[in-house]
Amino acid sequence: MGARDPVIVGIGLSDAPRAPHLDSIGHHVQAIQRALADCGLEKRAIDGYLCAGMEAGPVEAVSMAEYLGIDHRYIDGTMTGGSSFEFHVQHAAAAIRDGLCDTVLVSYGSDFLSRRGRTLGTGGFRGLGKVTGADLYAAPYGLPIVGGYALVAQRHMHEFGTTSEQLAEIAVGVREFAGMNPNAMYRDPISVADVLASRVIADPLHLLDCCIVSDGGGAFLMTTAERARDLRKAAVRVLGAAGAQTHWNISQMPDYTTSAGAACIPEAFARAGVLPSDVDAIQFYDSFTITVLVLLEDAGFCKKGDGGAFVAQGHLRRGGRLPLNTDGGGLSACHSGMRGLFLIAEAVRQLRGEAGAAQVPDAKIALAVGSGGWLSCIGAVVLGSE
Amino acid sequence: MAMEVVHGRGWDRPQLAPGALDRAFFEAAGRGELLYQRCPACGHRQFYPRQLCTACGGDTAWATASGRGVVHTFTIVRQNGQAPFKDELPYAVAMVELEEGVRMMGNVTGCPVGGMRIGMRVEAYAVECEEGLAVPFWRPSE
Repeated sequence: MGARDPVIVGIGLSDAPRAPHLDSIGHHVQAIQRALADCGLEKRAIDGYLCAGMEAGPVEAVSMAEYLGIDHRYIDGTMTGGSSFEFHVQHAAAAIRDGLCDTVLVSYGSDFLSRRGRTLGTGGFRGLGKVTGADLYAAPYGLPIVGGYALVAQRHMHEFGTTSEQLAEIAVGVREFAGMNPNAMYRDPISVADVLASRVIADPLHLLDCCIVSDGGGAFLMTTAERARDLRKAAVRVLGAAGAQTHWNISQMPDYTTSAGAACIPEAFARAGVLPSDVDAIQFYDSFTITVLVLLEDAGFCKKGDGGAFVAQGHLRRGGRLPLNTDGGGLSACHSGMRGLFLIAEAVRQLRGEAGAAQVPDAKIALAVGSGGWLSCIGAVVLGSE
Repeated sequence: MAMEVVHGRGWDRPQLAPGALDRAFFEAAGRGELLYQRCPACGHRQFYPRQLCTACGGDTAWATASGRGVVHTFTIVRQNGQAPFKDELPYAVAMVELEEGVRMMGNVTGCPVGGMRIGMRVEAYAVECEEGLAVPFWRPSE
């Protein structure tokens, strides 16, 4: 490993899934304090800062840097929705390798549940203001967020014969892992029949195909491999990262069964010098079950269209060849609006062997794939233990 | 083929505030014309309207669509807390692929939600949303 190779050295999560005592900045702060304690870095060592959020108020990188008191040499507020933090790893890794900065903080915090008071995202992002731009051609038709993903699921079923039972398998497996996470919002086991019996929100997606809405925040610290040697825990290597975008609005998705992951996940593998078959555990953005299915195919774990049959074989379950979302995911554990940071944190926990009952034995390579917007902006990060 | 334009129904959906470019689209719909953009230089077709061709970067021009298309994908929305949609559940939202090759989002009406199918043929009609402006919707054409 080279002296300036980028590594992740500390992670911290704020109180979740229900934290009425914290506002969004409170989630940032608590997660940052825990990430610093996790690795033993001093706050004054931070000279790079990245964040993203969709709250109202001072969550832009510059105002957060001021609030937190970070004198940075490198700053980045890239906002690609839920995948922002995978893009942040890509950018921070390049900045560290290039010497633009030495120690980077990435943070996120959201009081989504406490602020909204409900647990399903069918209201949409849209406020009460007048409609302009691309939204003019969507707002009149009442498509909620779930509905956008339902357009993808419907087309995938039409082209490839994917079934609701196959999609449900994803939710069932993730729920099993949630049962091992004391901080997960929903922990009781569910069956495929339970998913199919839950009410349909937007055909063909059922309630249990949808992620929850929770509170939650997280932070991680990156630095050089050389600097990491003095720190408390074994560093996790950033082996490769890549991101791509095919569209933003769901009306512009060029192919309703393929995401930008088809471009950037293979690129992340190539940069890391690993193959899909080398991956021990995956943390995929599970906004909806269909999100995972499309990303699995785009990652090359199976052929396009074979995702349904692939998941039905149980590969994503505990003990399977590709355990998915071992923290219980956004489907069952924690989804405070932009889940991408939790994907990185859980991948780090797996590679450190800190995942408890959900630990994948001898995990050496983890893949985190974030999806932002409506399968719009995909960011892929390959992490490895030392 | 001109779209039928429905007047006097009232508009309780989100208020549209189109800029100059977008306003031309909704004014045309108010006259029964469904517009998309075709690049005079490279022939690229696109929708929603933009101030440049996304293929070659050049200027764009309007073209008139036939108003006929097929459902490329769709969903039936069964839960939506926002007015007025919460009072219209369940309803269909589709991506319609026009004969001209561009896709538009829209509600498909005049068809039981259980009868919605990918590949079904639909035609556009327009509903007036304010004086002189209208919004396209879709209904089965077979």
